[in-house]
Amino acid sequence: MAETATTAQAGSGETRRDFLYLAAGAMGAVGAASAVWPLIASMNPSAEVLALASTEVDLAPVAEGQRITVTWRGNPVFIDHRTPAQIEQANAVALDELPDPEADEARVVKPEWLVMIGVCTHLGCVPLGQKTGQSRGEYGGWFCPCHGSHYDTSGRIRKGPAPTNLPVPPYEFTADTTIVIG
Amino acid sequence: MRKGFLFGLAALAAVSGGLTAAPQSVQAAGEGVPVPKFDWTFSGIFGTYDRAAAQRGLQVYREVCAGCHSLDYIAFRNLADLGYSEDEIKAMAAEAIVVDGPNDEGEMFEREGLPFDYFPAPFPNEKAAAFANNGAAPPDLSLMTKARGAGPDYLKALMGHGYEDQVSEDVLQEIFTLETDKRVQAYELALEEYQHKLEVYEDKVADGIEANRPTEPEQPLPVESIEDLGLSDGLSFNAYFPGYGIAMAMPLFEDGVEYADGTPATVEQMAYDVSNFLMWTAEPTLEERKGMGIKVLIFLIVFTGILYAAKRKVWADVH
Amino acid sequence: MSGFQSNNGVIRWIEHRMPIFSFLDHSVGSEYPSPKNLSYLWNFGSLAGITLVIMIATGILLAMQYTAHVDHAFESVERIMRDVNYGWLIRYIHMNGASFFFIVVYIHIFRGLYYGSYKAPRELLWMLGVVILLLMMATAFMGYVLPWGQMSFWGAKVITNLFSAIPFFGETIVVWLWGGFTVDNPTLNRFFALHYLLPFVIVGVVILHIWALHRFGSNNPVGIDTKGPQDKIPFHPYYTVKDAFGLGVFLVFFAAVVFYIPNYMGHADNYIPANPLSTPAHIVPEWYFLPFYAILRAITFDIGIPFTGVVIIEAKLGGVIAMFGAIAVLFILPWLDRSPVRSGRFRPIFRIFFVLLFIDAIVLGYAGSQPAEGLWLAIAQVSTAYYFAYFLIILPLLSVFETPKPLPTSISEPVLRGGGGTLAGAPAKPMEKA
Repeated sequence: MAETATTAQAGSGETRRDFLYLAAGAMGAVGAASAVWPLIASMNPSAEVLALASTEVDLAPVAEGQRITVTWRGNPVFIDHRTPAQIEQANAVALDELPDPEADEARVVKPEWLVMIGVCTHLGCVPLGQKTGQSRGEYGGWFCPCHGSHYDTSGRIRKGPAPTNLPVPPYEFTADTTIVIG
Repeated sequence: MRKGFLFGLAALAAVSGGLTAAPQSVQAAGEGVPVPKFDWTFSGIFGTYDRAAAQRGLQVYREVCAGCHSLDYIAFRNLADLGYSEDEIKAMAAEAIVVDGPNDEGEMFEREGLPFDYFPAPFPNEKAAAFANNGAAPPDLSLMTKARGAGPDYLKALMGHGYEDQVSEDVLQEIFTLETDKRVQAYELALEEYQHKLEVYEDKVADGIEANRPTEPEQPLPVESIEDLGLSDGLSFNAYFPGYGIAMAMPLFEDGVEYADGTPATVEQMAYDVSNFLMWTAEPTLEERKGMGIKVLIFLIVFTGILYAAKRKVWADVH
Repeated sequence: MSGFQSNNGVIRWIEHRMPIFSFLDHSVGSEYPSPKNLSYLWNFGSLAGITLVIMIATGILLAMQYTAHVDHAFESVERIMRDVNYGWLIRYIHMNGASFFFIVVYIHIFRGLYYGSYKAPRELLWMLGVVILLLMMATAFMGYVLPWGQMSFWGAKVITNLFSAIPFFGETIVVWLWGGFTVDNPTLNRFFALHYLLPFVIVGVVILHIWALHRFGSNNPVGIDTKGPQDKIPFHPYYTVKDAFGLGVFLVFFAAVVFYIPNYMGHADNYIPANPLSTPAHIVPEWYFLPFYAILRAITFDIGIPFTGVVIIEAKLGGVIAMFGAIAVLFILPWLDRSPVRSGRFRPIFRIFFVLLFIDAIVLGYAGSQPAEGLWLAIAQVSTAYYFAYFLIILPLLSVFETPKPLPTSISEPVLRGGGGTLAGAPAKPMEKA
């Protein structure tokens, strides 16, 4: 806006027009963005989906060494009643050997109960190892057949393309052998 | 150019004028006494819900209406909108018995309600509801205020001002006059038809053709009392229900509930409260809508003003 | 016609390979010359286009949340209103957007009727417009069925039953439309599929409509052809900024309804889930169908050979024919109105009949909302008669008998000064070949 005094008259007219264009353009952009936002937001999970977020599981019938699968928010949750040997195996690993270092006690509330979301962190397949006879991978935990990720007895990634450990959902013990996930 | 613009506006106004007329006339065709208008906190541009009233209304619903009427679209979690805390909602939900399942053995089981559960329905299905209520299934109340033309006014009038014990003498007289007029009109039409038929009959008799003499219509009796309306058995009189005969017996009685906040539970108060509550169940997003609306309108008016200035500027040199 | 220029390298790179920018510039930019005297009534075309975009955008997002099944449709709409983020807003925009789309399009049509925009060389442009109107009506009708409320169901039932009036095949056709023996789940599913499809067909016809428009450019309030550059201004920035301002005004009205009286144009009965066993007391279509609904119900008499009792067209079929005829007559309008003058401004007698037609349409709309009996039936019948008389009798006669006012020599000089008298008696011959 370096207008000289001689062109002041023409200049001020142009300034006014520029201002109007700019203001209209800016408001138009803001308006369009605010109008588009609700459309985009509508595709996020809706209130009733967010509300349906807890599953209660009775652990009493699960024998030591047994693994069960329950559903939470539409995803499989692995519950493993671990044997002392498995727990020991999980604790025996040095953290710096792990691709995603995490201590076993940080992943459990009670060591004998391992609760994780059974979705491979690579591309979302469900790893094998829940049923007897299925491959449990090289580390005795779980094995994802899609791209060959191996998880250990704490559900931590040890080998393969998966970047992180199997996630632990929020859960709490409401009784000795009852948990509520979510 | 200005003229064209004005014409456009006029056309818009004319069209919307036509719209104004249409829904009202449909109302008028309902042929009853007009529903009185009441004051509501949620009307107007800045309207919001009277939460205390809505909470009392919830109590009325739970203690009076819920025995027969479902509230299918409301979950306990929604009550947070009315100002209930998470614990209060959990406690309220826990009072409900919910059928869940199937469990691992494939059986359905009952459990305490949780916040994400919906209000339990009093009857398992519509047929059961109809069977238990002399054939007239009590409608779901979630959308009641939006499903009736006069909305919350209608509900309050129906429950608090329309039954035989509640209705004012003026309204009653208005109904009697309306109904008497209707009968007289019907009689006049029938009489006209009768006279026409009578002529045909007499012509036939004169020509020696056998014919049945038409029967003369009966003079109508004026409507002077509720009995004269001739409502079917099992129906209660209600001034604001179409046809005046409603299957729901008077639901609200003085002190029928005991309000926690000490508000005297008069019939009118309860009708007001439950209408507030049911307005909220029908349109829970009303406050969000009106709040957003004022911002959007201010923005658009300013924006349009700037566009008008820009338009003037651009067109300044065209003649 | 200096061609498209740009300082931006990316734009030049694309332009060289696919001249889309010069195409746009020729379509709605500085290279599209438009008459300089267009009034605000010429805003409604672009406004209709924008409304179509709004409807498609909100519609796609609603379709992502909606369930087309008789057991879940009503519930899924309530879920949109309560649980989906901004679902209430999107649904209210879509629901009222339909009404505003019709308001805009009806004004657009009446503008065309008054200024003779249907006349040569724009007949095809006009006819494509009528096709758009028909598609809009079909889309709106099927969309109204989707929430599966009482009015949805009974509206669908009554309107589909119209086809049973077709001789011999009527019943078969109706069963085919329904995919069953009443309006039911198959009907809802096909209506949803078509309701999603038709808007894109409308987009296609709109493109043809604009294509045809660009052949000869916009008509204008004076109705005479542009004679040279002095009559024209580039579309951009003049009409872009004017359309933008018009859009702003439109959005203020639209927002006021969406945010403050969103259910005003709807029917309370549609918040009651569809019940195939109980008909509402008054079945009324959405307001934008009311004039046609009045015409449908105005034919209460059989048409046959007088004094013989031979019925050729039963009342029911007659009503259906009249209703579709009310739109069909628009197709042949360019050949009914043979007056060489386009604009109603210079046709003093036409003007009176046009105003009557406008009032007639509103009266028909009102009559359509009333029970078809007694006085309102008679009014609907008279109004229907006038509607057809306007197109089939009055316009052809006016073409012959009306003496138009003298026309200006050019758009730039719309008011005749002084010596206009010499032109007054001259036969109007303004629109020979653009």
